[in-house]
Amino acid sequence: MELVISTELHDRLAHHLENTFPNEGGGFLVGHIKGDARQVTEIHLVENTFASEEQFHRYLAEVGEFQRIEDEADARGLSLLGYFHSHPDHPAIPSEFDRTHAWPYFAYLIVSVRGGKQAESRLWELATNRESFIEGQLSLSHS
Amino acid sequence: MATIKIPTPLRAYTGGNAEVNVSGKTVSAILSDLTTQFPDLRPHLFNGDELRNFVNIFIGDEDVRFRSGLETEVEPGDKLRIIPSIAGGRK
Repeated sequence: MELVISTELHDRLAHHLENTFPNEGGGFLVGHIKGDARQVTEIHLVENTFASEEQFHRYLAEVGEFQRIEDEADARGLSLLGYFHSHPDHPAIPSEFDRTHAWPYFAYLIVSVRGGKQAESRLWELATNRESFIEGQLSLSHS
Repeated sequence: MATIKIPTPLRAYTGGNAEVNVSGKTVSAILSDLTTQFPDLRPHLFNGDELRNFVNIFIGDEDVRFRSGLETEVEPGDKLRIIPSIAGGRK
């Protein structure tokens, strides 16, 4: 899978994840699917609703937010492409918790935030047998 | 006959269809019919015979966990929906 996102949108989501540091933050990616490529046209910042004392290492989006954003995307001929979340002071590599909660054909953009500053962004996709993640290609565009 | 809305990441298993016609008198029977029509959906919805805990089934605006779970009765024309819980964590 390739995920194409503008530097402007990536900067916006990374800034949000810096603001949620030292807790995890996240949101959804919406846009177009063309074969194996995903073109992000908008991002949706979504509050972390995991128990507050666990937010330093957990992120949970409220079910109603998924429903609302998917409905709005469907109505406009767009697709809910995936979601992004941060790993504070930790590599941008999926955890076992990420894997057990993941969905196939969904783009998982993980941003490592170290000391409150974005450090690295990597793209992952769940293998269809659910046993592992496959790293995808994250492409930043300047348009 | 009822309908069930498929979440975007699973539409690859339903030929790209966002909504599927399904038959059954309970949520359990509906999901059985759905996974009979589209067998590759099953491992993403169930762990063995148990619905995965990050899979939410709604009838209208109501989560069936707050009714009778998989034994919740379904009426003809009901609109069901699969909504994933989206979660992650660094370790």
